[in-house]
Amino acid sequence: MNNVASNTPTQTTALLKSDLLFNKLKQQGSLLALIFLVAINIIFTPHFLEIQTLYVNLTQVATVAIVAIGMTLVIASGGIDLSVGALMALAGTIAPLIFLSEFAAQSPILGLSLAIFVAIFAASICGLFNGFLISRYNIQPIIATLILFISGRGIAQVLTNGELQTFDHPAFEFIGTGRLFGVPFQAIITIVIALSIAWVLRRSIYGRFLLAVGGNEQAAKLAGVPTAKIKMITYMLCGALAGVAGIITTAINSASDANQTGQLMELDAIAAAIVGGVLLTGGKAPIIGALIGACIIQLVGYTLLANGVHDAVAMIAKAIIIIAAVYIQQVKGAK
Amino acid sequence: MNTVINDTQPILQMRGINKTFSGVSALSAANISIMPGEVHAIIGQNGAGKSTLIKVLNGAHKQDSGEILFQSEQVDYQSPHEAQMAGISTIFQEVNLIGYRSVTENICLGYEPTRFGFVDWKKAQAHSEAMLARFGLTLDVNKPLQDYNIAIQQLVAIARAVALDAKVVIMDEPTSSLDDKEKEVLFRVIRELRDTGVAIIYVSHHLDELFQICDSVTVMRDGRTVERRDIKGMTKLQMVAAMLGRNEADFSDETNRSKTPLNSSQNVLLEVEHLAGAGILSDVSFKLHRGEILGLAGLLGAGRSEIARAIFGLDQAVKQGKVKIAGKEVNYPQPIHAINNKIGFCSEDRKEDGIIPQLSVRENLTLALLPKISKNGFINEQREREIVEQFMQSLGIKASSMEQPISQLSGGNQQKVLLARWLATDPSILMLDEPTRGIDVGAKAEIQNLIKSLAKKGMTVLMISSEFEELVDGADRVVVIQEGKSTCEIPGELLSENSIVQAVAHDSASAKQTGVSI
Repeated sequence: MNNVASNTPTQTTALLKSDLLFNKLKQQGSLLALIFLVAINIIFTPHFLEIQTLYVNLTQVATVAIVAIGMTLVIASGGIDLSVGALMALAGTIAPLIFLSEFAAQSPILGLSLAIFVAIFAASICGLFNGFLISRYNIQPIIATLILFISGRGIAQVLTNGELQTFDHPAFEFIGTGRLFGVPFQAIITIVIALSIAWVLRRSIYGRFLLAVGGNEQAAKLAGVPTAKIKMITYMLCGALAGVAGIITTAINSASDANQTGQLMELDAIAAAIVGGVLLTGGKAPIIGALIGACIIQLVGYTLLANGVHDAVAMIAKAIIIIAAVYIQQVKGAK
Repeated sequence: MNTVINDTQPILQMRGINKTFSGVSALSAANISIMPGEVHAIIGQNGAGKSTLIKVLNGAHKQDSGEILFQSEQVDYQSPHEAQMAGISTIFQEVNLIGYRSVTENICLGYEPTRFGFVDWKKAQAHSEAMLARFGLTLDVNKPLQDYNIAIQQLVAIARAVALDAKVVIMDEPTSSLDDKEKEVLFRVIRELRDTGVAIIYVSHHLDELFQICDSVTVMRDGRTVERRDIKGMTKLQMVAAMLGRNEADFSDETNRSKTPLNSSQNVLLEVEHLAGAGILSDVSFKLHRGEILGLAGLLGAGRSEIARAIFGLDQAVKQGKVKIAGKEVNYPQPIHAINNKIGFCSEDRKEDGIIPQLSVRENLTLALLPKISKNGFINEQREREIVEQFMQSLGIKASSMEQPISQLSGGNQQKVLLARWLATDPSILMLDEPTRGIDVGAKAEIQNLIKSLAKKGMTVLMISSEFEELVDGADRVVVIQEGKSTCEIPGELLSENSIVQAVAHDSASAKQTGVSI
């Protein structure tokens, strides 16, 4: 940098500065979009600045954000995961099966812990299965995860005979409806997950290897990166996060619905991850970006709904946002 | 269709073709001229511009200037498909047909006979069978193409070309995946085509073949067509000399540098015994001594890279033969095992096998080292930065900072980062495949000097290079690889470009006569 600047000091530094600013703007594009959306809402949406509105949005965004984090990891590895919605349904139905059982009636605390653990564990195993198919048999991720996209929800439906399981379990419902220091509990879970995963990505070998695998798998392998293992861990993490989201959804509804839980979640999560700035070519995993992306997707839906626009239009709006985000990525890539 | 063959006019001419890729000249004033019924070879080193020339000819690339005359008319094809329909067919190294479709569909694709607007498959089948019969082939034309071996697939591609009434057929390394018997069939087909007046452009690294099948040759060097002559009366040595841009006489006995002869006390670190496999290696043996730079010389496709890859646990594990390190037999299933045993391997393809473009210089440099500077899965970042700083300084890596994305660096600096990636792991054996390919002259010299100084400090280096000059300058000893076999060894005191050229160009028997021992 020094010798570059010393050549033609004023010109070069000015150029560097404007370039830096430009890059920063592009990086912060999603944040700016979010701020813009909030501003629009403050002006046009009635009651937007009320605390109730914040709660509604935080409640609804948590699950998308958590799944989007997992999706960001998977996309950064160069793949995609279509099974997250189905895995949410699976985890969401397994948990009540356990905490409503005889065993849990006898020892409630152990029963509840076991319910949450087993549900997330099951989703992780499904994720591991995805990763196994993809890394061991070189199946295209979109096909490999399609298997559980179809059958994961099927398993959940078989477990409950396709019926709605309703329950009244305050301790479990706290996950979806409780507040800690006035903040919705699932928002806290989301933040904790986001920060810890962002930290792990930045500091750990796993994080570096993940980006290497996504960026250039062949080169990573040649440098000794255990590419198969990294992919399996990544899909497993994505599955586990889908499991967490499934539990939250079930807790919010006080019911598990194998048919509806996590419907179309894969699309929202992919959209949030892309809006958050994950590169479809792999090699970059912006976790906080995924959070912002999820907020944008959520807020667009909310804005339109609160202003009386039909649900179907909201879907079109989401599509436009994805197109815009991908377009911006292409421009970035071209630069 | 007009099938009159004019024997006095070239059927195809390319005149003064220029082509640059992002400022780098790939072709400059290239000329080609071919008569009907002529089998014409194009030879040249890797990067001489052969593929670009073919791609300009068949419409895959557009030339910047210059003209192409086909049947005395100026032509300008927009795609290989258009060229093919006009009578210029290209048979690529990898057959570019559709493997899972039937032989018939592949032959008739794009001009299927129709009946009432539907494809008349009966007619198409009969047509395909007739085409193949011309080459003495009887196949079940309804079977998917991929059920047949590469040789047959190639013949199907040729049949398609003939069916399209090709006047010029371009073959790019057609024999690279054929065995001797299959080659014979191919050559017979080529001769048959030639006798019907089809002109054939034949690109191959296997110089021996050219004498068997070709009538004339154009030599390419640095994007130029430097020589066109009849093959009759030409020697292999003359071909190699022309490819390298030297006079045959230049290759006099000018052992320009005395290498210290191998000290018998230097023990063997790596020993390869009768290595075979990876599709191309048939019998490779050599010994690598501690602290020496051993060069592997040979023409492209001789199997040099495959040797390094086999040792490193890439592609396929060692199939036959032995690889011993410090006397112990090893067979690494994955690169990580080789790395853990202190072997480094810098592959020839920087883009495909080397850099992770999205990551920074720092992240690229420490990729292979990470497990060693981590604890419980977390990276010691301070240590990482120190190491990166140290290597950026000692290798003179020019980047705005260690956080700059590696994709923004020049080729030479990228290569230095990749070298540093391996040096950081402190390997006892470093395998370098074309360490200076595609980088500018300045960085090239720096890297060559670096390799020499590493060896001086005791590093053991296996260096693969297509540049004989680089081998003479850098290597202590050279082993020549020909067609998957190690055919001879040139000791340091006999090492010269001449001796390498002789060894590469001649078969092993005559190499012996020129004072080069096995």
